[in-house]
Amino acid sequence: MAGERRGTITSPLSRGVNFGVIAAFVAFTAFPFFWMVITTFKQTLDLMNPANNPFLFNQPPTLTHLRMLFQETAYAQWLWNTAWVGGIVVVITLLLAVPAGYSLARLSGSSGEQLGIGIFLTYLVPPTILFIPLSRVVTFLGLTDSLWSLVVVYPSFTIPFCSWLLMGFFKVIPPDIEEAAMIDGLSRFGAFVRVVLPISVAGILTTIIFTFTLVTQEFVYALTFISSSAKFTVSVGVPTFLVRGDVYFWGSMMAACFIASFPIAILYNLFVDRFIAGFTGGAVK
Amino acid sequence: MKQTAGDLPARPVDTGFGRRLADDEKWLGRVMLAPAITYIVALIGFPLLLALFYSVSNVTVGSYGWPSFVGLANFRNAIGNPAFPRALWNTLVFALVSQFFVMILATILAISLQREFRGKWVVRLMILLPWVAPISLGSIGWLWMFDSVYSVINWTGRALGIFGKDTWPIWLGQPTLAMGSVITVHVWRLLPLATVILLGGLSGIPKDIHDAAQVDGAGVLRHHFQITVPLVRPIALVALLFGTVYAFTDMIVIYVLTRGGPYETTQVLSTLAFFTGIDGGDLGGGAAIALFLFPVLAACAVLILRFARQAEVT
Repeated sequence: MAGERRGTITSPLSRGVNFGVIAAFVAFTAFPFFWMVITTFKQTLDLMNPANNPFLFNQPPTLTHLRMLFQETAYAQWLWNTAWVGGIVVVITLLLAVPAGYSLARLSGSSGEQLGIGIFLTYLVPPTILFIPLSRVVTFLGLTDSLWSLVVVYPSFTIPFCSWLLMGFFKVIPPDIEEAAMIDGLSRFGAFVRVVLPISVAGILTTIIFTFTLVTQEFVYALTFISSSAKFTVSVGVPTFLVRGDVYFWGSMMAACFIASFPIAILYNLFVDRFIAGFTGGAVK
Repeated sequence: MKQTAGDLPARPVDTGFGRRLADDEKWLGRVMLAPAITYIVALIGFPLLLALFYSVSNVTVGSYGWPSFVGLANFRNAIGNPAFPRALWNTLVFALVSQFFVMILATILAISLQREFRGKWVVRLMILLPWVAPISLGSIGWLWMFDSVYSVINWTGRALGIFGKDTWPIWLGQPTLAMGSVITVHVWRLLPLATVILLGGLSGIPKDIHDAAQVDGAGVLRHHFQITVPLVRPIALVALLFGTVYAFTDMIVIYVLTRGGPYETTQVLSTLAFFTGIDGGDLGGGAAIALFLFPVLAACAVLILRFARQAEVT
């Protein structure tokens, strides 16, 4: 993010206020995750004693909760399921959204803009309207309680989103590059494959990260279509299966939440600048 | 399904059909766009029509064969059900209050983040976390923080003397507090997205516009309200509408934290549709309830279209 600010006021006071504001916001956004980490390594007796200071380790840290999570629950299986669905959905999304994004950016003339926004708007149609009819469609396809149901349905929201994102990336590539390639004898399509794609690697990587993030976050469809615990994805498995009646395994649950959240957040952060560029670039001529 | 134009030959010396298509911009564009459009129509357009169809039929989870037409009975039942008006009201409260706070907080945060400082990368990671992490898992983190016995919020409040001896709020068990809690978590979740969109808008303003304003002697306030605000407004509205769609239609936070309780006080349309249609097996009734979300969605879509055109900062 280009922090271009006009150099009007940079007194120590204003800088201090600025720092204070940011610190307060970081405390608000990151505290639950900090709390997950603390809880993960605490002994149960320590967690379940209201007299203890919850910010301190009143008893030595422990790895019991992690061990239990990986040995006594299907958590590792859920991680694998999520990665598997995510991987296939990424492939389907790229196969359909990369050509679509390029077509919207370059080949659809003046209607490309309208079409692009139209496609993007379908991303806004929420699962909470579609999950009921889609549950019947999944039954009809014979995919009830199968991870394939998610593989089929998830591209319906990743494709609109990523087509828009890729359209933004392709728009900012100078057209002269393709024209030069066509003068050298490549066809229009050949120029796209051999010239445009190789220089769009960063944009395509961004698309992969975002598709994967959308898949790990999805909850409503997975909750509706999947019923057997071995086939859950992480986002549904933890809230439905690790919560057994009134017994909450807080240590293991917090470990489960943190492990599934943090790596993808780091990846996302690496690409967020490109994401903003693509997201707003789609609207900027 | 996976038809791409990838199997078309693109050899320079080929005068066949493939080569002609590979050079015809109009048709090539259509061929490259068709698979994506087909997928969207099949899995969004068609189910949307199916939702309409179900809402006027007596379809249930167990029913096979052709469902029969029941007219507006599902809608009548939905509106006649005492849970419905309350869910409608809760949806409005939940969406509007959370959006109000999201926009105010995101504006403050985006303006603070414009400045360059060391360690910005880490700060950005921390601020993005609630948006990137799967929200069902983030909500579980809050479930633990709101726990009726071991709530860290209550412990801290008591330690700091904010809560007296007899105050021990049961965050998810008292109606007003429960609504406040789910709104808080929703704000927490959407704040990063709104901030990122606003930051994009702020950094998209060409520097020479700011410079020109300074040369012309605009004061800080005037500069802000006459230059920055009007230029950022379209993109801020897009952020607002986006968040509105999320807030009106999302069910994850409420499903994980309260399941619509206590006493239905946090039941919104989307959770009611889920409990009616999937848990209760009444697909027609659930579809009818979910369709009440559609006017909001359509209105937001139309408005986004309008502001997206204005947002074209050239």
